[in-house]
Amino acid sequence: MAFWRRNTHIEKERHVKANARDYNDKFSYADNRIKTSKYNIFTFLPINLFEQFQRVANAYFLVLLILQVIPEISSLSWFTTIVPLVLVLVITAVKDATDDYFRHKSDQQVNNRQSQVLIRGSLQNEKWMNVRVGDIIRLENNQFVAADILLLCSSEPYGLCYIETAELDGETNLKVRQALTVTSDLKDITKLMDFDGEVICEPPNNKLDKFTGTLYWRDNKYPLDNEKMLLRGCVLRNTEWCFGMVIFAGLQTKLMQNCGRTTFKRTSIDKLMNTLVLWIFAFLICMGVILAIGNTIWVSWIGRNFQVFLPGEEFQSNAVFSGFLTFWSYIIILNTVVPISLYVSVEVLRLGHSYFINWDQKMFCRQTNTAAEARTTTLNEELGQVEFIFSDKTGTLTQNIMVFSKCSINGQTYGDVYNEFDEKVEITEKTACVDFSFNPLCDKAFKFYDGSLIEAIKLEDLAVQEFFRLLALCHTVMPEEKSEGHLVYLAQSPDEGALVTAARNFGFVFRARTPETITLCEMGRAVTYQLLAILDFNNVRKRMSVIVRNPQGQIKLYCKGADTIIFDRLDPSSEALMYTTSEHLNEFAGEGLRTLALAYKDLDEDDFEVWMKKLLFASTVIENREDQLAVLYEEIEQGLKLLGATAIEDKLQEGVPETIACLNLADIKIWVLTGDKLETAMNIGYSCNMLRDDMNEVFVISGHTLLEQLQLKILNSVTHRVSSVGDVEKTDMFADDSVFEEAIIAEYALVINGHSLAHALEPQLEHILLDLACLCKTVICCRVTPLQKAQVVELVKRHKRAVTLAIGDGANDVSMIKTAHIGVGISGQEGMQAVLASDYSFAQFRYLQRLLLVHGRWSYFRMCNFLCYFFYKNFAFTLVHFWYGFFCGFSAQTVYDQWFITLFNIVYTSLPVLAMGLFDQDVNDQNSLRYPSLYKPGQQNLLFNKRQFFLCTLQGMGTSFLLFFIPYGAFSVMVKEDGSHFSDQQTFAVTIATTLVIVVSVQIGLDKHYWTAVNHLFIWGSLTVYFAILFAMQSNGIFGIFPSNFPFVGTARNCLSEKSVWLVILLTTVVCVVPGLVVSFLRVDLFPTLTDKVRHLQQSRKKEGPQEQNLRRVRRTSSRRSAYAFSHQQGYGELITSGKNMKMSTVSSAGSPGRTPHSSTWIENMLKRKNEVPIKNMII
Amino acid sequence: MMATSYNAKEEDGHHSGASSHGAAGVVKSKKPDNTAFKQQRLPAWQPILTAGTVLPAFFVIGLIFIPIGIGLYVSSNNIKEFEIDYTGVDISNPCYSCAKNFSWNSTTPCVCSMNFTLEQPFESNVFMYYGLSNFYQNHRRYVKSRDDSQLNGDQSALKNPSKECEPYRTSDGLPIAPCGAIANSLFNDTLELYHIDSNNTRNTIPLVKKGIAWWTDKHVKFRNPGENLTAAFQGTNKPVNWRKPVYELDPSDPDNNGFINEDFIVWMRTAALPTFRKLYRIIQKKSNTTPTLPSGKYVLEITYNYPVLSFDGRKRMILSTISWMGGKNPFLGIAYITVGSICFFLGVVLLIIHHKYDTRSNSADIPN
Repeated sequence: MAFWRRNTHIEKERHVKANARDYNDKFSYADNRIKTSKYNIFTFLPINLFEQFQRVANAYFLVLLILQVIPEISSLSWFTTIVPLVLVLVITAVKDATDDYFRHKSDQQVNNRQSQVLIRGSLQNEKWMNVRVGDIIRLENNQFVAADILLLCSSEPYGLCYIETAELDGETNLKVRQALTVTSDLKDITKLMDFDGEVICEPPNNKLDKFTGTLYWRDNKYPLDNEKMLLRGCVLRNTEWCFGMVIFAGLQTKLMQNCGRTTFKRTSIDKLMNTLVLWIFAFLICMGVILAIGNTIWVSWIGRNFQVFLPGEEFQSNAVFSGFLTFWSYIIILNTVVPISLYVSVEVLRLGHSYFINWDQKMFCRQTNTAAEARTTTLNEELGQVEFIFSDKTGTLTQNIMVFSKCSINGQTYGDVYNEFDEKVEITEKTACVDFSFNPLCDKAFKFYDGSLIEAIKLEDLAVQEFFRLLALCHTVMPEEKSEGHLVYLAQSPDEGALVTAARNFGFVFRARTPETITLCEMGRAVTYQLLAILDFNNVRKRMSVIVRNPQGQIKLYCKGADTIIFDRLDPSSEALMYTTSEHLNEFAGEGLRTLALAYKDLDEDDFEVWMKKLLFASTVIENREDQLAVLYEEIEQGLKLLGATAIEDKLQEGVPETIACLNLADIKIWVLTGDKLETAMNIGYSCNMLRDDMNEVFVISGHTLLEQLQLKILNSVTHRVSSVGDVEKTDMFADDSVFEEAIIAEYALVINGHSLAHALEPQLEHILLDLACLCKTVICCRVTPLQKAQVVELVKRHKRAVTLAIGDGANDVSMIKTAHIGVGISGQEGMQAVLASDYSFAQFRYLQRLLLVHGRWSYFRMCNFLCYFFYKNFAFTLVHFWYGFFCGFSAQTVYDQWFITLFNIVYTSLPVLAMGLFDQDVNDQNSLRYPSLYKPGQQNLLFNKRQFFLCTLQGMGTSFLLFFIPYGAFSVMVKEDGSHFSDQQTFAVTIATTLVIVVSVQIGLDKHYWTAVNHLFIWGSLTVYFAILFAMQSNGIFGIFPSNFPFVGTARNCLSEKSVWLVILLTTVVCVVPGLVVSFLRVDLFPTLTDKVRHLQQSRKKEGPQEQNLRRVRRTSSRRSAYAFSHQQGYGELITSGKNMKMSTVSSAGSPGRTPHSSTWIENMLKRKNEVPIKNMII
Repeated sequence: MMATSYNAKEEDGHHSGASSHGAAGVVKSKKPDNTAFKQQRLPAWQPILTAGTVLPAFFVIGLIFIPIGIGLYVSSNNIKEFEIDYTGVDISNPCYSCAKNFSWNSTTPCVCSMNFTLEQPFESNVFMYYGLSNFYQNHRRYVKSRDDSQLNGDQSALKNPSKECEPYRTSDGLPIAPCGAIANSLFNDTLELYHIDSNNTRNTIPLVKKGIAWWTDKHVKFRNPGENLTAAFQGTNKPVNWRKPVYELDPSDPDNNGFINEDFIVWMRTAALPTFRKLYRIIQKKSNTTPTLPSGKYVLEITYNYPVLSFDGRKRMILSTISWMGGKNPFLGIAYITVGSICFFLGVVLLIIHHKYDTRSNSADIPN
């Protein structure tokens, strides 16, 4: 960041010359080093200290420390402040240092990755950080792209190369990039060395899908667009090597520009605490002023006359000045209302809670061997207050694995498993899957559980055979056979891969393809089909077909596509089958599966010839070629015969619907923000149970809608919504419940796509968007860029004052993760960017439930209890001085021994309250999950807010009052049992101190819900330690060594051996504790909260003995005819028929001269189209 | 979709299975340990506030406190106490002239006598206190104006007292021993008590001046700088308000001089509140048959050295007996009775409230 800022001049245009470091150096572009760390060895101490003293509290204690050194003011020794302050600073500094160390390490790891750079005529290995703008670098298969580079040439023909952009946008399907024709020939190093083109392009920006520039080379201009760029974060796939020229490096790459700024995250309790500290500070000043005024009055009425025995110095005899000094003295002794140990304790608690997260077995994923990790240790209690979750889809909700799960063939469904009683059996990991061992080419990872399908195959059922033949033929998958029988499919979309893999396992193995043929291995026999045409997929057609000639010479058209489309084009003979299949499709869709209908058609040789001629003609015309082709396709895809339907499961992560349902019950709103397509996103919405059929309405806002139209649309939906709410509200205006009920009855969902979102996020519309979105139960944003994700999060964060959590797995989620109050990364996957940017990471989406409902809730609950108690304790402790002020001439005399003041917070009372903050549980984890409503108090900020703070300080004040005045009453005329006088200051101090320690210990015992052995140890231990230290410090021995530091010698012995002292202690303790006890008893008894009820239930359960918990299962009720399994972009039909992407090595016949004329026109078409209209939405 | 279980047992089962096979082999499992501590399953006692626990507590507190209170009250009432103010504010007071004419420089002490009558005999040991009011022995600057090292007999502190003692640190260039404002303001009235018997003769009542300070103070905290006091205090000056140096405080008993003079020690133990009393003398019981102080007329003879009128202070002489719980102190007894009664009453009220408005029903109304 710092480096970036240094470039003060704003770059308007970027000039980059290849192979000319000297030239490029003129512009001082960012180099490829990235830096996320904050300090280095030398800057650590000053910067860290500066940052620490920026915290209000630390600065405050520093000021106190300075005050304490002034002898006229000093009412407490300096060590009472400096010991805790140094402790705090050191602990924080050590923590910051370790954090930064790990950032350095990860930076270094990235910066030191190797890449091959063309320097002085040869390829040299260079670290990533040494790569500079204008360098030509060589990338190899499966390597990360080191910077944003312009593709020059590749190992593949036509300068094509394939990349995976999962790190950028979360999509794992392959994307194609193609170099300029002029540069794609520069395939050897000497030619590349001579390349001296200059690129003039846009300055660095964060638009992942846009790039405009021009290459000037050999006096020619070549336009450049995003299709020629490889962005940092992409992975090169399926391409042996490629060369590229670095355009943007390091922090100026689009990936880094999208990362958003690292901001220091603070929890809302932190902010509240800061406010409260200011309030306390104001309160402190008030007290100081009151006491100072008191002192002024005292000095002028009494003190002046008392000078016989207590002469003041000259300036002290001035009443007003004396009051002024007293003010500061009181600020010092009353400073413990904001105890410095509060901050240390809070940090320790959070650290402890983080460890509990790290240690939680139930958030450990065995498959990936990753445990949950709290990467930030300062946000834990915020986890108990989350109201909005922003989730990525791919890799977070879904596993991004498509699985062929069911099918309907000729009116018969396959895929369900039934037991001997004909009941559907749920498929679990233990269910036996079908044995594919008969097929040597099968994919071992493929699992299918219904044996009847394999029997049907073996019985050579014609429909079943044709079904799988279709799946094996009708697609654009590329096979790669690395060794004999070891097939790998490279599919453009995972759906297609799943279908072809299914066919492969059922004995119809797609083995090889050339531009004109497809070779299958049907039940062990190699069969080669002649590929006559691919009628490719597009968004309008929603189907694709292939026309093949089988070895018998028959011409067949195989078509797969969206059910509605296919059903419209069926032959009347398939009508009966259509109805059955339709039912099956409903069933599949109800289970959230992605469906496709399959159909075929036998073509007559002559008709086909005629049609083919028309096609060839149409593909050469210039005008309206697309339309003409579409008409032709439409013409032949008629009278299809239905074969059946497939159902693909977009495998959700384990337990996603249940988790979402559970989080919904906890009033957490989940928004899905995905870079994926609208249909896919909605489909997942349905399968996650976020969208349901019983929802009143699902608003879909998509397309390049104009601003005004969109506004209208949104307004309409809002008014629609409001009008439906209006009736209820009018009739029952004052009943709050009516709104609540309404929210349950009417459920709306909003689906909005990226382009519309871009408009909606403009300032004048964002409020409407937010209001609308918050009325909806579910919000899905699709096709959003990483930055838009962050903007959406920011929008909610800014206007809703709610705690937001973003969860994602890829680099495209980084900005959102950083923006949200809490960022969660899914770990255990390939990319680590999200995890590195996240605050918490774990392997499965479903752990979110446990993280929030159990750990978050506990953390919040513990932190709140801790804070309440802590403030109570310190008010009780400190305000005694205030009351004493009225009896000691407002002279800032302390009630307690200085040692007691030093040790009270850090030794005598710290451990019990820490133990409470670490181990307390009101409700155990099972019940926390079982009753998600228990989470709501956190969202409503009920456990610790200004009111609670006020109450607990009031209790503290009351306690301090009683702590002072009961001993006062007793001591005013107290004498010892041996008659010696007894109302001396030291006895008074020891009595009050002992009472205080006992009272706060009893109080914590009452506040505590969960007494573990540790709690017992700490409470009893602290009391023991108190008495031990008390007697030790007032012993003869220590007085003998330091007579001036321990003047209390013998007081404890003399005082605590008196019965009357113990009677005072007992009385004070009871009086201090009883009011609180009465209030909390009445509250629990008369107005029990859900927590109290569940606790009661839990207790009665425990008495009855353990019970099996019935876990709620979420039933999906969607009957929506769901989507069609396709990648919703232009397929690779043209590439395949052109043979461009056929590798010489794998397909020997690709180079054969018999290329049909029509395929060559395809090449031209394609090239032309690529240059004219870039394939839309290639990345985003 | 199929595996949705969060059941702990199942996972644990898997775990044990997996580990026994050791299937993972090379890859070390990062699975957290299954200990009660790490999994936050420590066995714990989880008390909840129920009527069954809270209400009896109130009754028990009530039942314990009321008898204690009564006991305290009765024993406090049995204590005999007599108090007399001899400040001399009113013109009727015999010490009026002494108080009025007080001057630090006067060499002849002013003596005044006060007559009083004890209505009831004081049976057991009687303790004689002097009480001061409006005297801020607890003022911060006053409290710290002492040097504990010096008082503990430290030689270097004797010669070079702590800065805290200012302005009573040195006088005439010599260090003051004992230094500081507390020592300087030592209470120096002399009180003597006479019984006027039926023959109108004044019988001196023996006042014991030993054993009035805490043992720890006398033997640990305060020590003389040397055996030979005159030599030890050579080179130091007496506090400015004092008439005699510290080693001549008690002419009658050489062991009661220097820093270990008990009157001095008692004074140095600063009071917590501006009105306080300090033990002055003890009147020991002579025999079992006669009361220590029989009822009748007494004379208190005061050597009036200590000025308090300037700051509106008061001086009192108090005679008191003691009981098992110390001196007369009605506060504790009354407080115990009050608190006990309130607790008992609260118990009754809460019981009624609980029975009338008990809303905690079974788990039926817990929303899921």
